[in-house]
Amino acid sequence: MSMLTVQDLNVWFGSNRDRVDAVIGASFEIPRGESFGLVGESGSGKSTILRAITGLAPDWSGAITVDGQQIGKARPKTFFKTVQMVFQDPYASLHPRHSVDQVLGETLHLHGFKDIDSRVVKLLDDVGLGQKFRFRYPHQLSGGQRQRVAIARALAPEPALLLLDEPTSALDVSVQAEILNLLADLRADRGLTYLMVSHDLSVVGHMCDRLAVMKDGEIVEVLDVAALRAMEAAHPYSKQLLEASV
Amino acid sequence: MMTNLLDVENLWVKFPTRQGVFDAVRGVSFTLGRERLGIVGESGSGKSMTGRAILRLIRPPGIVEADQIELEGVDLMQKSEKDMRAVRGQRISMVMQDPKFSLNPVMTIGDQIMEAYRLHSKASKSEAYAKSLEMLEAVSIRNPERVMRAYPHEMSGGMGQRIMIAMMLIPNPEILIADEPTSALDVSVQRQVLDIMDRLVKERGMGLIFISHDLNLVADFCDRVLIMYAGRIVEVCDADKLHEAQHPYTRGLLNSLPRLDAPRKRLEVLQRDPQWSTAPSVSGRI
Repeated sequence: MSMLTVQDLNVWFGSNRDRVDAVIGASFEIPRGESFGLVGESGSGKSTILRAITGLAPDWSGAITVDGQQIGKARPKTFFKTVQMVFQDPYASLHPRHSVDQVLGETLHLHGFKDIDSRVVKLLDDVGLGQKFRFRYPHQLSGGQRQRVAIARALAPEPALLLLDEPTSALDVSVQAEILNLLADLRADRGLTYLMVSHDLSVVGHMCDRLAVMKDGEIVEVLDVAALRAMEAAHPYSKQLLEASV
Repeated sequence: MMTNLLDVENLWVKFPTRQGVFDAVRGVSFTLGRERLGIVGESGSGKSMTGRAILRLIRPPGIVEADQIELEGVDLMQKSEKDMRAVRGQRISMVMQDPKFSLNPVMTIGDQIMEAYRLHSKASKSEAYAKSLEMLEAVSIRNPERVMRAYPHEMSGGMGQRIMIAMMLIPNPEILIADEPTSALDVSVQRQVLDIMDRLVKERGMGLIFISHDLNLVADFCDRVLIMYAGRIVEVCDADKLHEAQHPYTRGLLNSLPRLDAPRKRLEVLQRDPQWSTAPSVSGRI
C-alpha cells in the first residue's frame, strides 16, 4: 500500500498580479518503506511540496493522500502522528532558549504521551546523543548534534513518514556521513518511509530508491537510482544536472 | 621557478577566552604564486581565519601573530592600519561566503560597485559607471543596466555572488581570496561562478586562494591544495592527486562522501585521531 500519494498538486503564493506558481501539476507515489528523493535547483519547488504536505503552504490544490487518508485543508491530530519533518538548517529550527529536554518534552506532551521522561531518554539514545545532552541548549551543540536533536524531535510522535528537507546541506561532509548513516539505520529499524529533498544528487543516490527531478515547479522525470547511477536520465535537464554533479 | 606573490610563515590566530587562549590557526606556512591554491577542511579547522588573517581583518581581542606575511617582498604585519587599507581591495581582495550578508541592502548594486571602484581610483562617476557595466558583463550578467539600478534583495544568490566577484575584481587585485564563494549556490550555478573566476584568474594572472569544504570541487578547480585540521595544515598535495592523498584525515573526508558511481550500504565515518591535532603543521611553501 502506498504511504504517500500526491496527485496533480499545485501550490501558489500571492494572488492576481503577484501570483507565483511554485509547484505545477506534481504527481508521485511512495510505497510504504520506500525512500524517495526530490532533486532540483533552488526555486524549483521541491521544498514547497514538503511544505504543502505538512500544511505550511496554505494555497494548494490537488490530492494528497497519506496512509490512505485524504488530506483536507485542516489536518487532524493523527496526521501529525504519521508525518513529521526535519528542516534544513539545524541552527534555525530549534528554539534558542529551550533546552533539548524542553524541545523533546513539549513535543511528547503535545502528542499526549504520558511516560515523557523515559521517552526523552530513549529518543536521545536512538539518535546517538545520550544522556549528557539532555539539559543542553542549542548554542552548546554543534551543527551535527543539533540536527540529531531535530531528528529526535521528528521521531518523538513515532511517525511513519519522515519528510527531510535538505537534512545535511548545512553540515560538513564528515558530519553528513554520520547523519546519513543515522537516517539509514532509523529507517531500517523502524520501517520508516522517507521523502527527501536535496540538491546533491550523490546524497539522494545514496539514500533513496527512486527520485523525481524538478525544474521550474514541474516534475520533469521520475527515475530509479539504478538508472541514475548508469547515467540513464531521459530528460535533457536531468542529464545536465547529472553531468554537473559528477 | 614560480614567483611568489604571497609568503606566509608561521601564522597564528589566537582568541583569548575564559577557558584560556584558543588557537584557531596554529603555525601555518604557505606560499602563493600565480596559481589556484585551495584550502579545505571542516568547519572550525581555521581555513576562513587564515584567509582573514592575511588581510589582517581579525579584530581585537583576536590576536594575529606571524613571522611574516609577505606580499611581493613587503611584510604586511609591519604595515600600519592606514597602509593596510591601501592593500585591502586594491591588491588583495576577498569574496565572502554569503552574498546576502556582504552586500549593502539599502544601496543599489550600481552605487556599491561604483563606490568600490572610486575608493581605489580617481575615476569620475561616468567612468566608474562604464567600468561597472563592463565588469558586470565580464561576470556574465545579462542586462547589466537593469542590475545596476536594482537592490540586492532583487537578485538571486548566484547573481549576488557574481556581483560580489565583479566588485572585488574591479580594482584589479593581484590576489583574490574566495571564502566558500559557491557553497550558498546550486550545483548548476556553482559551475558558472567557478568558470567565471577561473577565466578572470587566468586572464589577469592573479593568485587565487580558494577556501572550501568541498573536496571534489577543490580537486577539480585548484592547482594545489592545503588540507587543514584543527588549525594546522596536515597535508599539502597537488589537486589532481588529491584522491591519492595519504593522510588519514584526508582519506577519511574523501571516504565519507557518498558517490554515485560507487554505491555503498553505509558511509564511512571519520575516526579522529588526537595525534592529528598535535602533529606539527606541514609547510605549504615552495
